[in-house]
Amino acid sequence: MGLTLEHVDRIVDGETHLCDVTLEFPSGSRNILLGRTLAGKTTLLRIMAGLDRPTRGRVLVDGKDVTGVSVRKRNVAMVYQQFINYPSFTVYDNIASPLRLQGVPREEIDRRVREVAEMLRLTPLLDRLPAQLSGGQQQRTAIARALVKDADLLLLDEPLVNLDYKLREELREELTAIFERGRSIVVYTTTEPTEALMLGGNVVILDEGRVLQTGPTDQVYHRPTTMRAAEVYSDPPINYLDLVVEGSQARIGEQVTFALCAHLEGLAPGRYHAGLRANRFFLKRRTDRDVALESQVELSEINGSETFIHVNHQGFPLVVHETGIRTYKMGSTVTVHADPAQFFVFNQEGSLVAAPEVDPGRTPARR
Amino acid sequence: MRVQKRTVALGLYFFLLILPIYWMLNMSLRANADILASFALFPRNATLANYMKIFTDSSWYSGYINSMIYVSLNTIISLTTALPAAYAFSRFRFIGDKHVFFWLLTNRMAPPAVFLLPFFQLYSTFHLIDTHIAVALAHCLFNVPLAVWILEGFMSGIPREIDETAFIDGYSFPRFFLTVFVPLIRAGIGVTAFFCFMFSWVELLLARTLTITNAKPIVATMTRTVSASGLDWGLLAAAGVLTIVPGALVIWFVRNHLAKGFALGRV
Repeated sequence: MGLTLEHVDRIVDGETHLCDVTLEFPSGSRNILLGRTLAGKTTLLRIMAGLDRPTRGRVLVDGKDVTGVSVRKRNVAMVYQQFINYPSFTVYDNIASPLRLQGVPREEIDRRVREVAEMLRLTPLLDRLPAQLSGGQQQRTAIARALVKDADLLLLDEPLVNLDYKLREELREELTAIFERGRSIVVYTTTEPTEALMLGGNVVILDEGRVLQTGPTDQVYHRPTTMRAAEVYSDPPINYLDLVVEGSQARIGEQVTFALCAHLEGLAPGRYHAGLRANRFFLKRRTDRDVALESQVELSEINGSETFIHVNHQGFPLVVHETGIRTYKMGSTVTVHADPAQFFVFNQEGSLVAAPEVDPGRTPARR
Repeated sequence: MRVQKRTVALGLYFFLLILPIYWMLNMSLRANADILASFALFPRNATLANYMKIFTDSSWYSGYINSMIYVSLNTIISLTTALPAAYAFSRFRFIGDKHVFFWLLTNRMAPPAVFLLPFFQLYSTFHLIDTHIAVALAHCLFNVPLAVWILEGFMSGIPREIDETAFIDGYSFPRFFLTVFVPLIRAGIGVTAFFCFMFSWVELLLARTLTITNAKPIVATMTRTVSASGLDWGLLAAAGVLTIVPGALVIWFVRNHLAKGFALGRV
């Protein structure tokens, strides 16, 4: 039961926006659609809502085909990336409008509006017009209007992307709590792996209109099946190094060699791609196994209290994530350390061959 | 205190603008003999006789009433047809949409005189000559395209997501259109109504041709003041002043929205 998409294609003006998407969202599940911009997230959401029709394929709700059913006849709620409210209605009327249209009795409307307003801390703003609110408050109003309906399907299209950092964190926490209480199928799109990890539930990795991988959020994080999925599911994108396995030795580039250890043991000789997220590179040696990669600094970028150092190791561009604010001179040489036990290994076709053991005590790191 | 050049230039400009209107007001307050006899910057023997004549003589005041009736009719017809049309052009894609949209504008490129004869024959056939609706419909020729263009600009400024949100919330189309959408483009509707009013109010040729006596507009009445005794200057000036008033009133109401209409590049 729940929402099912069967072989959904969406082609607009000869351009394929979605290609053969087959997905299943059980009722009550929380789902994150993760993908870069133009991956087809919004298109997919619009098809689920019934705003657009798939070019091919079917949409089923509880086993019933609803492909051509008008959006008005479906029980869905949607929050857009832009702050969309009815500008001529007060916040109260905005939130109440879906209930009024359903013909809910006046007292119940009042009770439900006040309940959801309390939840999203909109109570003191109920008499204002949306134009008199800040961006965060406007988006909270939009979310409140979607929540109050108690729809079977709640769609959120990058709802937090236009908000500033602090507000985003705050609202994300609230939303996570609200989703846990609700009974509807939640589909939440985002470009940020961090956001996916924080919201939990299931993740669907979309890329160029295709589904790359689905599964529980943290599981997919630890076992991306393809190089592309790993790229989408890390921010900054995962770093790749060419790896040549010869016997019990592995070689990165020309000079750096190390003995196969941990999950790399037993790799058949051949050429591979080693993937390592930016937060698994260190400028200090941490274990005896670490390989040292001499690299040139190309750019060091400070983001909050973190520093991203873009370096180049023999033609491989790498990003190193360091905590704290550090400055590195452009062109200077640094030694980047990486633990081979942390390598994701992909074969030449880009499929995962070996992934590091997941330390069960550790939740997935931010970023 | 030094007077700025800008102030002087603007003052001069304003003076030149207001001069003919002042002259008309001046004349309207004088008797014919007075106007022809002497040159005066302001009326020495001011009289309201000209105005009294207009307000008491039914051949004069009915002209105003006729004009107002067909102008209102035209504004209502133009808005009710242009609102859905503009919505369609703004929100939907259909075969030839851009061409039709441009074709609408080309209707404004022909002088109304071109349509005079066909209109006259057509309206005669349907026994519509000398009715208010005849003029109102004829003026739709250039008011509907204009209204569609202005409204389309305002509507395209409203995010499509608002429409979709309303449909997701369960609004039926008419209800959404009237309760959510129309309030959002209030300013645009005001500007459009103003332009419809203005074009219909000042148009003479079609209005005169399609009416005889029952729906004769004020502008036509004014052109017929030449009598055996010559032009009735004072009366004509008074009629002119009274013809400016409704336009000025309407401008006053939409003055804040007009600038937005211009900014959208559609007016």
